[in-house]
Amino acid sequence: MSGIPHDHYEPTSAREKWLHRRLPIVGLLYDTLMIPTPKNLNWMWIWGIVLTFTLVLQIATGVVLAMHYVPHVDRAFASVEHIMRNVNGGHMIRYVHMNGASLFFAAVYAHIFRGLYYGSYKAPREVTWIIGMLIYLLMMGTAFMGYVLPWGQMSFHGTAVITGLFGAIPFVGESVQTWLLGASAVGQPALNRFFSLHYLLPFVIAGLVIVHIWAFHTTGNNNPTGVEVRRTSKEEAERDTLPFWPYFVIKDLFALAIILLVFFAIVGFMPNYLGHPDNYIEANPLATPAHIVPEWYFLPFYAILRAFDGDVWVVIAVEWITFGIVDAKFFGVLAMFGALVVMALAPWLDTSSVRSGRYRPAFKWFFAVLVIDFFVLMWAGAMPAEGIYPTIALIGSAYWFAYFLVILPLLGIFEKPLSQPATIEDDFNAMYANKGSTSGAPAMSPAE
Amino acid sequence: MLKKLTIAMALTLGLAASGAMAAGKTGEVTDYDFSFEGPFGTFDQQQLQRGLKVYTESCAACHGMKFVPIRTLGDEGGPNLPDDQVRAYAAMLEVYDESIRDFRTATPTDHFPESNLENAPDLSLMAKARAGFSGPYGSGINQLVRGMGGPEYIASLLNGYTGEIREEAGAVLYENKAFPGGWISMAPPLEDGWIEFDDGHANDLESMSKDVAAFLMWTAEPKMMARKQAGLTGVLFLTVLAVLLYLTNKRLWAPIKARAKQRKD
Repeated sequence: MSGIPHDHYEPTSAREKWLHRRLPIVGLLYDTLMIPTPKNLNWMWIWGIVLTFTLVLQIATGVVLAMHYVPHVDRAFASVEHIMRNVNGGHMIRYVHMNGASLFFAAVYAHIFRGLYYGSYKAPREVTWIIGMLIYLLMMGTAFMGYVLPWGQMSFHGTAVITGLFGAIPFVGESVQTWLLGASAVGQPALNRFFSLHYLLPFVIAGLVIVHIWAFHTTGNNNPTGVEVRRTSKEEAERDTLPFWPYFVIKDLFALAIILLVFFAIVGFMPNYLGHPDNYIEANPLATPAHIVPEWYFLPFYAILRAFDGDVWVVIAVEWITFGIVDAKFFGVLAMFGALVVMALAPWLDTSSVRSGRYRPAFKWFFAVLVIDFFVLMWAGAMPAEGIYPTIALIGSAYWFAYFLVILPLLGIFEKPLSQPATIEDDFNAMYANKGSTSGAPAMSPAE
Repeated sequence: MLKKLTIAMALTLGLAASGAMAAGKTGEVTDYDFSFEGPFGTFDQQQLQRGLKVYTESCAACHGMKFVPIRTLGDEGGPNLPDDQVRAYAAMLEVYDESIRDFRTATPTDHFPESNLENAPDLSLMAKARAGFSGPYGSGINQLVRGMGGPEYIASLLNGYTGEIREEAGAVLYENKAFPGGWISMAPPLEDGWIEFDDGHANDLESMSKDVAAFLMWTAEPKMMARKQAGLTGVLFLTVLAVLLYLTNKRLWAPIKARAKQRKD
């Protein structure tokens, strides 16, 4: 794999040879674990391990929760309380699962923005990027359906709002919504199928994760310079890379331990901080909460959804051109999904020949604004849709689209990139040239 | 450095946003001190027992707690009543039994009865369901730094009656400083000295409000002490693990980094 010349697994004993001729599974695992990895990877390359760990954590805790949970509108809420009060360790398992979703999204956003900054999406890694975007989309679906299961007030009314989005599709919307919910309103059929899908999708994600890893093991990792590993000979490749085991496994595990430390502090000391209090009230179709807000990880896209109301000139223009088929509500839905689509299309929208943002002086600033924009949208999404907030959300949404549709294509043409190091080895050596005393003890420093 | 700032910002803003979701029109909530605040805070067993008494003699007239099993009154990390007292407490209650389609005397394995009144909400989880008012500006900073949450709201509500009354559409509303919107349909449920404690503990309105708020925090989060214990164990264990992995990583990379330095020189 990876097209980078390196040593492959050779069965030595008779038993190994016997197995290898029939199923080369040891070789597959060996090559996966020993893949040559650019030695200059910094601390933003740890999120893959964090995400893999979180997926396993969520599946493990989720399977146990499913043993005690009852997907019935009259009993779901009580069964969650049963888990919290009567099941051995149930309160910890549920809190880990609940906050695990937040950990999952925090890590995936770090991972995605890492990819956006260092140009990890660019050729030849477009397929890795697209698979990643599919995983992200499935994660959102899974998280949304999982949030419905406790059958609290926010579960119920959030579902009504989000499935209502599909109702905004012209002509077929209502039928689609009914088909999704299994009824004309949120109720028993919806809860039951969301439970089924919430159990199914994580395994689809796990499958896609394998494909994601397969894809970037085929192209090799990107790295902070964006410069490719030399592949002409094994000697040269070895000067740019180190095997994944043990160098990066240990490094990633150290980072994982730090992240889990923070995670367990949240689970142990403030497990409900990231959640919404209204979800501790059992669902009541007759009483709508004052503010229906999604969990924090959906807020930026929720802000985009709400930003395009009937007063925005683009919306008015589109409505006029389409003879009213695309109304404000449907426009918002299109904008929300469009925000994800333009991100997925980044490999083809970015025209710059330079991969890493480190050598792109103008790009750096636009990227920094994009990160800030993301948080501004998150904040605007949490605020009620009144006063100044819709305007802020609209400006934020406009920048999100402008970044992908205008700035990325144009920067590649107008920007003068800085000079890049010739090889990864040069970059790595330069990193340690001026560090540490001359006594020979190399200074420990995060490989940043 | 830029990245560390980004991460720090991500955390701060992410947390702020989540708190902000909880923002709404809120009343005045006083930041009472409770024994269970902070990572090491624990329930005060005596306070929970007093709170149980306030609940039983006042709140239970209208409200229920259908998610709380009566036997948990004997749990460690809770009111920790002795077995015979738990049984005696259960014997005072009547619960509806579907199998006989009638009310019968409760046993410790039953849950507390449901609310008697249609519009009196169940109190099992109230302390968690009302934790979302914390400001300033909906940032949730009060909740994070000062530990303000549902119990503060409950105690503030019980203390928040101004004495003003008005009638609206046939219903009597009472003005309350802590209640969102300012007018609540619940009549003042407690007054100074209404309930006598066996040990002669102070029974003014404020201390009774705090007692029952603490009790309701326990009914909402009965495993809080076990959870904090588990969290502390996890944090300590992961600290040790992180240090060991840090040292392993340092040792592992040392020759690689030394070589890099040589090559550059």
